[in-house]
Amino acid sequence: MNIDKEEVEHIAMLARLTIPEGEKEQFSEHLSQILTFVDQLREVDTEGVPQTSTIVTETNVLREDIPRDSFTVEQATANAPQSLDGFFLVPKIIADRD
Amino acid sequence: MMSYHVVIGVEVHAQLRTQSKLFCSCATTFGHSPNSQTCPVCLGMPGSLPVLNQLAIEMAIRVGLALNCTIRADNHFARKNYFYPDLPKGYQISQYEAPICENGWLEVSSHETAKRIRICRAHLEEDAGKNVHQPRATESRVDLNRTGTPLLEIVTEPDLRSAEDVDAYLRSLREILMYLDVCDGNMEQGNLRCEPNISLRATENDPFGTKVELKNINSFRFVRDAIEYEVRRQSKVLSEGGTIQQETRLWDEVQGQTVVMRSKEEAHDYRYFPDPDLLALNLSSEMIDSIRVTLPELPSSRKQRLIQTFQLPEDDAEILISSKALADYFEACVQLFPHPKTVSHWVMGELLRELNTRNISAQDSFMTPAQLIKLLQLVDQGSISLKVAREIFPELYAGGQNPESFVQEQGLSQVSDEGALMRFIQEVLLNHPAQVSQYQGGKETVLGFLVGQVMKASQGKANPGKVNELLKKALSQSS
Repeated sequence: MNIDKEEVEHIAMLARLTIPEGEKEQFSEHLSQILTFVDQLREVDTEGVPQTSTIVTETNVLREDIPRDSFTVEQATANAPQSLDGFFLVPKIIADRD
Repeated sequence: MMSYHVVIGVEVHAQLRTQSKLFCSCATTFGHSPNSQTCPVCLGMPGSLPVLNQLAIEMAIRVGLALNCTIRADNHFARKNYFYPDLPKGYQISQYEAPICENGWLEVSSHETAKRIRICRAHLEEDAGKNVHQPRATESRVDLNRTGTPLLEIVTEPDLRSAEDVDAYLRSLREILMYLDVCDGNMEQGNLRCEPNISLRATENDPFGTKVELKNINSFRFVRDAIEYEVRRQSKVLSEGGTIQQETRLWDEVQGQTVVMRSKEEAHDYRYFPDPDLLALNLSSEMIDSIRVTLPELPSSRKQRLIQTFQLPEDDAEILISSKALADYFEACVQLFPHPKTVSHWVMGELLRELNTRNISAQDSFMTPAQLIKLLQLVDQGSISLKVAREIFPELYAGGQNPESFVQEQGLSQVSDEGALMRFIQEVLLNHPAQVSQYQGGKETVLGFLVGQVMKASQGKANPGKVNELLKKALSQSS
């Protein structure tokens, strides 16, 4: 299966990764190889096998609706590169209107 | 400008009234200090695992059943992937191919006709956090308390044809959610959000046009305003030969217009896939049936019952059922005083006015059904006049007093005593000889004037029925 340069750029955009122009060809090759490898699975005869997304057969693991203690605000923001007054700070998302 | 046919489908996000979040045990209480209700699960920390909240499932089933949906037996959760600062995991856990509720309908009445709006699906998902933008700040602030709060997204087929239809649908849906006790239904607080998809076409037989999704609408009025604006905008574009872009637009309540949401804020490629951290959820028909039997009477059937049992006009029944608490209040009153028309008159009139002024629900009324009925009985027995009852209502309501002792203390009892009334009547007859002879000469309309004079002389306390009766008697005797 072939992942072309355009597809590499799209995947990089979705993952918010910047890939230098010179490396795109390399990624295209690697991703194509991975998919070709996984493609071997298509050779398995799955006739009559129901589709599933998990191999765990256990179902219905639920919890009661009882609130428990949360992190303190300090714990919650401890790993944040930037925080202020209990908020996480992130680069501005919305531009000011003129 | 050409006139077009409007086609609207609606997505509603209803925040479910659980105590804890959908996949972790953090509290869902509104208004706490930022990031005080978070944990490794809702912060998306590596290695943490989500566990589903049982009550959220039950609530979703309740809504599905009330909306005549099929409840899916095998449920799965999927990841919807996108980046935004209010989404710490980088994905939202939602249901994609397998929504818990499917293929239902809700009957609403719009333009005085009943209309069946098909519900395509209702699925469970977790809410995102909140971004706070301050003008001219170089950063945005993020509060993740809301992250992971359970939402039920309820999606209609494109069955709505006007802003009025959407308004009627939303109101009916909100009533049901509140009757089921699964959502607070407050658009201003954002626990009920409405996102209409609007498209136009030249005739009803044409295929659907390109649709535009509207967001950021936080009141019933803005829903109407935003849809009406968008219909005008699209009509103009099409009339001038333009084409509609498929896009999301935000309602700007200050400017009263919709504006394009910048593509930067959108993500179209969500790469849904089954969430490997969650196990399948199988709902047995026994479980679904056990919830079905606990469903309360829903607004539409309650309305019909009020009309049939109490012979109420449809409009009155509509007002009474608009809140479950108000309908409960009404029925509690009728139990004590079996005159439904009188009771509905007072509940919809004087009581509702006091409740609305204070912006409270009937269940928090300062005046209990028993107190209201005591007042109505005083009128019924002739102890006070209707006029006095109306006048003292606001004070009675605010003070929470017993109507009987209030009337006594204020000396408002109606005078029904014949001796006392006759003294007023004699006085009036003496002072108005001209009108007396007119009456006796056959001009019976003067009676009203004379009754008025007696009422005035008694400072409004005389029992008008009794005055009428005694006055006629006195006039026939003195001739």
